[in-house]
Amino acid sequence: MTVNRQAYVVGAFEHPTRNAPDRSVAKLHAECALGALADAGLTLADVDGYFCAADAPGANPLWMADYLNLKLRWLDGTDSGGCSYLVHLAHAAAAIAAGHCNVALVTLAGRPRSEGLSIGTQMRAADPDRPDEPFDTAYRPTIAAVYGLVARRHMHEYGTTPEQMAWVKVSASRHAQHNPHAFLRKPVTVEDVLASPVIADGIRRHDCCVITDGGGAVVVTRPEIARSLDRPLVRLAGAGETVWTQNGGYIDATRSGAERSGALAFAEAGVTPGDIKYASIYDNFTIMVLIQLEDLGFSAKGTAGRFAAEGNLIAGQGRLPWNTDGGGLCNNHPANRGGMTKLIEAVRQLRGEAHPALQVANCDLALACGPGRVMGNGHGHATVILERE
Amino acid sequence: MPDATSAAIDALAARHPEMRPFWEAAAEGRFVLATCTACGRPHWYPRSVCPLCGSTDIDWRAASGRGSIYSVSVARRADPPYALAYVTLAEGPTMMTNIVDCDLDALAIGQPVRVIFRPGPTGLPIPMFTPDRGADG
Repeated sequence: MTVNRQAYVVGAFEHPTRNAPDRSVAKLHAECALGALADAGLTLADVDGYFCAADAPGANPLWMADYLNLKLRWLDGTDSGGCSYLVHLAHAAAAIAAGHCNVALVTLAGRPRSEGLSIGTQMRAADPDRPDEPFDTAYRPTIAAVYGLVARRHMHEYGTTPEQMAWVKVSASRHAQHNPHAFLRKPVTVEDVLASPVIADGIRRHDCCVITDGGGAVVVTRPEIARSLDRPLVRLAGAGETVWTQNGGYIDATRSGAERSGALAFAEAGVTPGDIKYASIYDNFTIMVLIQLEDLGFSAKGTAGRFAAEGNLIAGQGRLPWNTDGGGLCNNHPANRGGMTKLIEAVRQLRGEAHPALQVANCDLALACGPGRVMGNGHGHATVILERE
Repeated sequence: MPDATSAAIDALAARHPEMRPFWEAAAEGRFVLATCTACGRPHWYPRSVCPLCGSTDIDWRAASGRGSIYSVSVARRADPPYALAYVTLAEGPTMMTNIVDCDLDALAIGQPVRVIFRPGPTGLPIPMFTPDRGADG
């Protein structure tokens, strides 16, 4: 069964806060939910499907459903880390096509900044029943060091340079200067990035995304309801999700799950990378943008560093306008999960609601993708392709 | 009644009883790899099901302890800094580990390393690696 082109994103909301010591996680989820519903012209009473990931209180949909007193007939608590909300969009489309719900709400929120979590350089507590745990935390694989391994291998195999990685951050910062809510608004240069301290070999501070409080939400519905609302018609054209495993130890650290989820999404949408007008690509670290650009087919394997250094990610001058909100590198990375904000900026571009300086002309086809969680070199991954009707 | 080796199994290891032979070997300084007797391939991390062919016929086989650095990143903000690495074992799989007893600034991709057991955070010896100065080339 194909579910594409039968589900519309009618509401999208990114919480303006980046630091929320005065709000609970539940309140942040609720504010995001209300924001997205107001954007759609719907109310909580219209919601009959709810989707969230492990950032929700209780790590499942039940508590937020209770907090908001939702009358649900479909729940989905799939957690694939930061890309969960892209997975949820695809799952919502499937649930709508199958008649399980009419109005699906997806929320994300968290407050790692207020909680003082130095996620990149400190170990997170791990589930002791994780099967790899006896051989994981013991070696202190901080997120920055793991992506340092990835970056150094990519440099070794393909000659990718720190200067090329820096161009990813430079591009994001040029976009973020136009976003009044961005956590980091000051444009930076390649020299600035290279002068920032090394966190772990292969990763400098400016190669890392920000740590912010906040969240976001989207509302997804069926065609008849979407057409009854006073919003631009943005629909899901194709989606792919996967888990990129550690492959029993036979790894290639220069490749990502974008290879599989991207191929699935392009096939379902019936389009090619050359057709995409705008891309939101999850930028937890600069190296992951390069790897995903390659794995999605925007740039041949080993060439994305050059692609970025030629300015191709910069709106108004490059071949692939990317993360025009400033991305996770400069704008926002609520709950340490970047998938929702990727989706929201893609919707803004398709609606023509991006910042005028960065709006892509005739933006009728956009992609949003990202990895989630870190299992050594393994991770979840999801890609969605959206189009303006 | 607990035997001598059970005292060396910590609370985390005890949650993964299938891996007990690994820790028993480690306590004696031996590095063993979970190896599938159906497809003949070792895998990492050790499991009760072969992730390469699905067989449950898994044997623990002595590994050479030799390998080379697939990638390495020194965590510079840690005090003291330490080297996180992927090491590709001579037998095939690549594992996450630490490189120890080394000059952190002299580590390189491709460098030969050999296994050395060091106490992990709970005191249980875990396989780490050190530059293999006796290796050919």
